[in-house]
Amino acid sequence: MAADTAKVDPMYQFTIEPLFGSANWELAGYNIAFTNSALWMVITTVLLWLFVLGGMKRELVPGRWQMAVESFTGFIDDMLAANVGPAGRKYVPYIFSLFMFILFANLLGLLPLGLVGVHPFTFTSHFTVTGVLAIMSFSIVLIVGFARHGLHFFSLFVPHGTPWPMIPIIAPIELISFMVRPFSLALRLFVAMMAGHVLLKVLSSFVISGGNAGIGYGILIGLPSLALMIGISALEILVAGIQAYVFALLTSLYINDAENLH
Amino acid sequence: MPQIEQLAATYSSQIFWLLITFGLVFFIVGRGMVPRVMNTVALRDDQIAGDLAAAQAARDEADAREADWRQRENENRAAAQALVGEAKLASGAETEAKLAVAQQRVDARLVEAEQRISGARDAAMQEIEAVASSAAQDITQRLAGIAVPPESAQAAVRRALADG
Repeated sequence: MAADTAKVDPMYQFTIEPLFGSANWELAGYNIAFTNSALWMVITTVLLWLFVLGGMKRELVPGRWQMAVESFTGFIDDMLAANVGPAGRKYVPYIFSLFMFILFANLLGLLPLGLVGVHPFTFTSHFTVTGVLAIMSFSIVLIVGFARHGLHFFSLFVPHGTPWPMIPIIAPIELISFMVRPFSLALRLFVAMMAGHVLLKVLSSFVISGGNAGIGYGILIGLPSLALMIGISALEILVAGIQAYVFALLTSLYINDAENLH
Repeated sequence: MPQIEQLAATYSSQIFWLLITFGLVFFIVGRGMVPRVMNTVALRDDQIAGDLAAAQAARDEADAREADWRQRENENRAAAQALVGEAKLASGAETEAKLAVAQQRVDARLVEAEQRISGARDAAMQEIEAVASSAAQDITQRLAGIAVPPESAQAAVRRALADG
């Protein structure tokens, strides 16, 4: 990517640009331009499909690839079994899709493809995307909750064993904490991904500016920044996995509320 | 911050493409492929459990057969031992009977032999008496000139022999 732009604005990497002259595509009056963000969503989808396809050999003694895919499905299955119980099994497809989609998106956004002139785009650093994912999870919680428990679902806002004089105070607090869930889900992922990428970009601009300012600055500023960048890149890979895990874990916890109340 | 500046212009395209791609992931990967992967795992677990159960069953059967065989073996051994004891007893009785017969034969021959010996000795004794009495008659005839009747000579020899 253009170094001069990056030096000026570490937020430039989050800019959405329509590709292939699709800026004016419309559907029912809404713009549906095929942007760089959409491109990376498609790449994520295809790679995820290929990854799972490699684990579909259905061999009795699994190879490495099949083992990897099976360990991911087993991981999600175990997580739902632990958090929701036997009723959690039917959510495995959704939680698996959510976890793997976010994980692949986060990791793909971290790939150093700038070296070969491709600009990776982390669409999970946009709250329109994380917001939609969070609303989807929240909707599932609401639909399952009301479908399974009807109006009794509102007892979620009165924790078991609350003395009745406390109910008028506790219930609004619980309601607010419940309604905040989609926002916390969406913001956590968006902020974590954006902060990491901004930090990396700022440090890389230090490296470039320091190097351009002369050998002394390069050694004094550029090298420590580079070392820090390497460390933070490793940290970001960890964050990519953790944020995908947290999103999936919180969604399964919320589904547990809907399935089993308290 | 492009996320906010471009919000109005791009939210519809972001949401649209996210729904398309995540929908594909959910329906093709999540609903289509993941259950089959999990099914494979479940099948494998079942097979392993089944194999283990079969191995355990085979082992139990082998144990049962061995116990069975051992019991039969013990019975056979006891039967053989009984047979041997019986044969020993029978042959012992037979030997004893045979020995008794042989003993009787030996005893009979001993008695016969003794009779023969005592007969021979009596005969010899009479002969010695006869010879001695005739010798005594002769001696008294020659020395004393007395003719001793054979009866008194015989009685004197018998007395002398008995004092012997």
